Amino acid sequence: MSELFSQYNYVVVIILMMTGLYTVFASRNLIKKLAGLSVFQTSVFLLYITIGKVSGGQPPILIEDKGYGADKDGHALLDGPIQLAAGDGSYILPGPGTDVLYSNPLPHVLILTAIVVGVATLSIGLALTVRIREVYHTIEEDEIQNMDFVYNLEGTAD
Amino acid sequence: MSLFAAAAEPAFVVPTLLLDISFLALLVVVAFAIVRMRSLFGIVMLQGVYSLVSAAWFVSLDAVDVAFTEAAVGAGVSTVLMLSAMLLADRKSTPVPMSRQFGALAVVVLAGAAMLYAVGDMSAYGDVNSPANAYVGMDYIAKTAEDIKIPNVVTAVLASYRGYDTFGETVVIFSAGLGVLLLLGLNGNSGRWVARPNGQVINDRSAPSAGLAQDLRSDEQRAEAET
Amino acid sequence: MSDPSHTSSETSEPILGRDPHVLLRVIAKFLIPLIALFGLYVQFHGDYGPGGGFQAGVILAASVILYALVFGLKAAKAAFPPRLIRYGMVLGVLLYGGTGVLSWILGGEFLNYSVLAHDASHGQHYGILAVELGVLVTVTTVMIAIFYAFGSRQPETSDEDW
Repeated sequence: MSELFSQYNYVVVIILMMTGLYTVFASRNLIKKLAGLSVFQTSVFLLYITIGKVSGGQPPILIEDKGYGADKDGHALLDGPIQLAAGDGSYILPGPGTDVLYSNPLPHVLILTAIVVGVATLSIGLALTVRIREVYHTIEEDEIQNMDFVYNLEGTAD
Repeated sequence: MSLFAAAAEPAFVVPTLLLDISFLALLVVVAFAIVRMRSLFGIVMLQGVYSLVSAAWFVSLDAVDVAFTEAAVGAGVSTVLMLSAMLLADRKSTPVPMSRQFGALAVVVLAGAAMLYAVGDMSAYGDVNSPANAYVGMDYIAKTAEDIKIPNVVTAVLASYRGYDTFGETVVIFSAGLGVLLLLGLNGNSGRWVARPNGQVINDRSAPSAGLAQDLRSDEQRAEAET
Repeated sequence: MSDPSHTSSETSEPILGRDPHVLLRVIAKFLIPLIALFGLYVQFHGDYGPGGGFQAGVILAASVILYALVFGLKAAKAAFPPRLIRYGMVLGVLLYGGTGVLSWILGGEFLNYSVLAHDASHGQHYGILAVELGVLVTVTTVMIAIFYAFGSRQPETSDEDW
């Protein structure tokens, strides 16, 4: 049970994912299906990002080492204005000398692109929904299937 | 990893725990509300709320870039797109009879149970030494400071180390935009072309007409009426 | 778009009643340049803070979308012509691919930016800049294109109230 508590994030995220999947499966309305798919997708993003979280870590944006070192909490000691130019200076990295910890950047990269691709695919689905609505005058899946059934019967009768 | 032994901390920091739990509770409430709701306007709005809350949680999870993108894309653009599609489609979803939901419920419960069974094999939330966090991700941090010398590791990995991936994603976005333009048309009149055989010139200014859709509707209604 | 003085001047309401969206328009006029500027900041500050081509593209597109929502699609199409979209979508992908091909020609692998300058890390900076610019152009134009496509599609039945 204590294991489950230290992994509560996965448990809740799985519940969220299944909620989205249920919306996709159970609803007949195409727009509601797409909203469910979007929820499912966002929950998968949450799963990836929680895996990459390092407790006590900070965002994977390197702290520039200005030679002042870091305090005992791992925060770099900055003096004066923060230099924005890409200095050739070194950065404070996690290691024996410092207490700096960065969260894992790899899931962030994967999910960053997945989000934008997600909205692109969502828009394709919405465009298809709009076209379906224009032809069938409904976006309820069972009604569309009934129409197709009838239409196919007509087609074979010809 | 003895490298991080000095930095190892207990897996729970109480303020973050409270934040995580409240965000997760909000997400669960919103997701359940989406399942229960029938007004499409409400569903679309709640989907935007879901994206926004998860973006807030991404900040707490140190994924600032992802939070940025999710807030801009998930809560902003995709809500606008779904709203504009909803205006073209429908306002209400018809209720699904209970008897048709058992199959979906069974599949979802089974899949969820299988995944919950596998949760025990995952490493603890926030574990520094978990396999996912120990190797390649941390290598990217060390290598970025050495090779590329820009502070934002996510940008470095996105554009340089995994440039192939990002190129692929860009092409995917391009083709998705192309697909939408093919389906709907940049001026919103794709699929509404009417060919006139008697020498009349059809260009994209004279093309939009509702005649085709009207014809199709009468066709459908005729098909329905004949059965 | 619609001139406020034309719309329902016969109403007995005071000044604000003539155009119900006057507040929206004034605030949007103030916000839209800031949003676009913020998008550019996100783009070019992406090496140093959170941001990058994807986010900046979406934010820039959001400024155009806000303009279209407040002032109408016709005004938005005058401000950001659909002609630009056709070129922009292709140009972004070509910019990305062209950077890869350029590094190829200069003797490195495909998308290995280290050969773009004398110093390897400077080459990486240039490459990342070019690539993010390509992503920016593609994402911005595709998002605007999708919005234009949905927004200018005429519904056949608009008589339902909601």
